[in-house]
Amino acid sequence: MRRTVLIVVAVVLVIGLWKLSHRPHPGLSGAPVGKTGGGGTPAPNFSLQDLNGQALSLAKYHGRVVLLDFWATWCGPCREEIPQFVALQDRYRDQGLQVIGISMDDGPKPVRGFYREFKMNYPVALGTEQVAESYGGVMGLPVTFLIDRDGRLAAKYDGAVEMATIEHQVRALLQAK
Amino acid sequence: MKVIVKIAIVLLLGVGALLAQSELEPGSTHLINPEDLLMLLQVPKGDKPLILNVGPHLLYMQAHIPDAEYIGAGSASQGLESLRRRVKTLSHNTFIVLYCGCCPWSHCPNVRPAYNELHKLGFTNVKVLYIADNFGTDWVDKGYPIVKGQ
Repeated sequence: MRRTVLIVVAVVLVIGLWKLSHRPHPGLSGAPVGKTGGGGTPAPNFSLQDLNGQALSLAKYHGRVVLLDFWATWCGPCREEIPQFVALQDRYRDQGLQVIGISMDDGPKPVRGFYREFKMNYPVALGTEQVAESYGGVMGLPVTFLIDRDGRLAAKYDGAVEMATIEHQVRALLQAK
Repeated sequence: MKVIVKIAIVLLLGVGALLAQSELEPGSTHLINPEDLLMLLQVPKGDKPLILNVGPHLLYMQAHIPDAEYIGAGSASQGLESLRRRVKTLSHNTFIVLYCGCCPWSHCPNVRPAYNELHKLGFTNVKVLYIADNFGTDWVDKGYPIVKGQ
């Protein structure tokens, strides 16, 4: 009996200490910057190949609202966001939302594994220095852009996105004439 | 008796891991703030640290600290291997600054493994650049000097 209690106490102590040391970063939540209602500057076009070797360009999605996510498999906040982007893509696909992922990983191998594991339902391509720079530089992850149906930048989120905020924004852009 | 020994081992391992990690908690003397590193770099004749970037290559290519050498991601075995190769011939008291800046501090997967590796190799004068949010926000946006490309 005493042995069981001691083991339980030890396990609880270690788990408690571990949890304390893994507190979320207070500044994690991203915030929209720049224009948020659509009608901003034109979003830079890009031409890349997706993970299946198919051509992937922003221009192809003109007329749809695009959520463009710069992410990487090793980025903790990105990993937390992606299941929610998958859900958004499912929920709003028919209304005109297109999510696109640009991975900043150094090679495709981990991205392919991640794509399958997280059942990603939108195109993903490996990013390049040029594409990152055309969007003002991606020097920290994640970075998410919303692009309106006219291909103009509507919002930028540095850091992890509050999903309620971004969903509200997506709905507004989908409904905009 | 055996159980108590096992519990003691579990506790020691847990506490040891936490202590190693707490060395890189904000406020630790093993960290250096961006403004302090900048001052060091700007002193004309001061001893400059060896600055090693242990983050993702695409981020390094877009912008990095002048004279910082690209090593490879500290979260990858190849990155740690490159780090071991780079420091192999250095004296153990070489002043080294490691940095990444890919993600918010508590989420960075690269700096801790790289720091632990140097610690394990016996390096005694290693600091990690404390980047609270990311390299863009905490260095580039402040107007601190950068270099692009290789």
